[in-house]
Amino acid sequence: MPGATAVEMRELVDSILTRHKKAPSSLIPVLQDLQDELRYLPEDCLTMVAHGLGISPATAYGVATFYAQFSLEPRGKYIIKVCDGTACHVRGSSPLYQAICKRVKLENGKATSKNGLFTVETVACLGACVIAPVVVINDKAYGQMTPEAINLIIDELEKEDGRDQVCKTAS
Amino acid sequence: MIKSAKQLAELEHSYNSALAGAAARIVVCAGPGCAASGSRAVYDRLVEELTERGSHVTVDYLMENGAKPGSGIVALESGCQGFCQKGPLVRIEPEGLLYTKVHPEDVPELVEAVIEGKILDRLLYSDPATGEVYAREQDIPFYQDQVRIALHNCGAIDPEDIRAYLGKKGYQGLARALTMEKQDVIEELDQANLRGRGGGGFPAARKWAIAAAQDSTDKFIICNGDEGDPGAFMDRSIMEGDPHSVLEGMAIAGYAIGASQGFIYVRAEYPLAVKRLQKAVQEAKEWGLLGDDILGSGFSFDIAIKQGAGAFVCGEETALIASIEGMRGMPKPKPPFPSVAGLWGKPTVINNVETLANVPRILQQGAKWFRKVGTADSPGTKTFALTGDVANTGLVEVPMGLTIGDIVFKIGGGMRQGDTLKAVQIGGPSGGCLPGELLDVPLDFDSLQKAGAMIGSGGLVVMGQQTCMVEVARFFMQFIQAESCGKCTFCREGTLQMLEILERITKGKGNLEDLDLLEELGRAIRQGSLCGLGKSAPNPVLSTLEYFHSEYISHIVEKRCPAGVCQALQRYLIDGERCRGCGRCVKACPAGAIGGNVGSPYMIDQEKCLRCGACVDSCKFQAIEVRA
Repeated sequence: MPGATAVEMRELVDSILTRHKKAPSSLIPVLQDLQDELRYLPEDCLTMVAHGLGISPATAYGVATFYAQFSLEPRGKYIIKVCDGTACHVRGSSPLYQAICKRVKLENGKATSKNGLFTVETVACLGACVIAPVVVINDKAYGQMTPEAINLIIDELEKEDGRDQVCKTAS
Repeated sequence: MIKSAKQLAELEHSYNSALAGAAARIVVCAGPGCAASGSRAVYDRLVEELTERGSHVTVDYLMENGAKPGSGIVALESGCQGFCQKGPLVRIEPEGLLYTKVHPEDVPELVEAVIEGKILDRLLYSDPATGEVYAREQDIPFYQDQVRIALHNCGAIDPEDIRAYLGKKGYQGLARALTMEKQDVIEELDQANLRGRGGGGFPAARKWAIAAAQDSTDKFIICNGDEGDPGAFMDRSIMEGDPHSVLEGMAIAGYAIGASQGFIYVRAEYPLAVKRLQKAVQEAKEWGLLGDDILGSGFSFDIAIKQGAGAFVCGEETALIASIEGMRGMPKPKPPFPSVAGLWGKPTVINNVETLANVPRILQQGAKWFRKVGTADSPGTKTFALTGDVANTGLVEVPMGLTIGDIVFKIGGGMRQGDTLKAVQIGGPSGGCLPGELLDVPLDFDSLQKAGAMIGSGGLVVMGQQTCMVEVARFFMQFIQAESCGKCTFCREGTLQMLEILERITKGKGNLEDLDLLEELGRAIRQGSLCGLGKSAPNPVLSTLEYFHSEYISHIVEKRCPAGVCQALQRYLIDGERCRGCGRCVKACPAGAIGGNVGSPYMIDQEKCLRCGACVDSCKFQAIEVRA
């Protein structure tokens, strides 16, 4: 539920905290559930979580910034993970990554495209080395990728998003 | 609910006889490689085709009604069958035929062949080197030198059906352990000399014995499934392909040390492994193989699954414990070792996935059986993820002590066409790069250590001539630098310095003193870091410095990358004969580095050139060359 209001966020945080019985050791699973819903961790939510678990906001912030999985910045509808493990690296993941950044028009230093559609990240290893180089888009894996092939896939996603928008307006 | 060992044996029998009631079983590999190559569509098409022909029969039907009249065929999805290069794979049982690169459109013909008892030649594996065609999986050279202990069931059974695991004598190792004294279970493991498969090679029995000796009401077993080494997917394959073997191993460990709670810590990047493990835990509880009073022994054991959040350092045991406790995953000094004071300060045994998958087999078959495989000091087998520029990539399990050459050339089928071997990277960022001359080094814990690498978790990346070893060292240092938790100064600052030096060298801006500095920094990081990540961080750099010194020299002195990989050292040149002077490249060049007049050959100003390659893409006459 990206774009949630403050009240909705409050309710969401409360329901997740209750699910995890407000145990301080459940901080990481709580943040994981929260990010699943919001696609990122807004700072206000981190503070709410910290208070709910009885820990300091600094501790919650420290954990959220330590782990690569968590993002404090809003992320795109499509998360494109380019594997840069050894096998993928050797088979050309760097040119692939550059091609994707260029295709979705990332601005310097930004991971998410201006239209909020795509977030591009590299990950250490997805464990699918035999089909290197691998790109995972929202949990769907694409093996033996080339810049040309990934461009076609991104074309499709843009079309898919266009259809989603039409459906939204229609309903 | 299963209440006794006798019942386990009965279920083994009833499952196997039910399967035998089918005319054939078609097992589609759904491992990570095959799944990404489209195995799901193959399976769906298969079920559709069998149903249309009235030949489809499920395991449930067979268990309830026995053999289906006519030709009932079972379709199953399994975990990784290993030969990922040729996926999607389909195995026909009981004959053991293996079909490779099967696509949905091949399915009708394949089903026809199975029903008629024929072999579909065109989908069989043919060895590119000899041209020989193999029908049965076990005859293919890729499988011939392998011995499967940890991967025994992986690729053989449906990982989402506990009955399939029981059919492979599942939970009978636990049943046997529960009839033994606790110290005898540890003694059996000690006799087997099972060493930790996560990289360190520490004897598992010693960890267990220390934890067992502690006087504490709460003790814990943790399965380390945080397989973070780039280039490794063995643990993923076991968790996805045979999750119950991990659960059974943990329950045995729990009984031996007196723990009643276990945790499996799985990488967030492995969502399917999480799903399969959750399902397995739930099924095991329903069948009474986890939970209270297991098999009427009075022993109770439960397992919870914890997902990692993307931090490589959490593979280190004290950092992993911190992460389960909900904190930043930072290592702590040892001692106290986790076996004495681990999770929430209680005695905790942490074993790697593969180590635990070996445990049920040892308890089932005995230590003597296990010691028949492998070497005296490293008994048993090791799984490896074989990837890179090798002909047959895949998941392999071999006896300890086999040489690197055997794996690359016998099992892996040698290099990809036209390439020759330059290096083998083993053990991920903690390991090292070994040159072709060291192919005779046996793969066991101690021999590799001597050669300057380590078995690590078992990633084996084969590198051909197109690989720049300086760039590989830079790649690993970048990884380590990003993953360093920042606690120890030498690791935090030292890796950054090493990375900057390596970046300089790959850009042709290094000098010879840099090499001494790299070695000095490497030694300092090794000594000044608390955990395994820091201690082993310099390995990829130090091993490439030792074995590929000349490549560093080429980058520094000649400003040349022999493999032609380092972008900053490439030179873009326009071939005057081919260039028609159309001017497309001039427009494409973002740096304004191309000059000349329309109609006559253009020139590239090497000072201004960014080496981005835009001109190469724009040229219609292939007139622009890239030189190393």
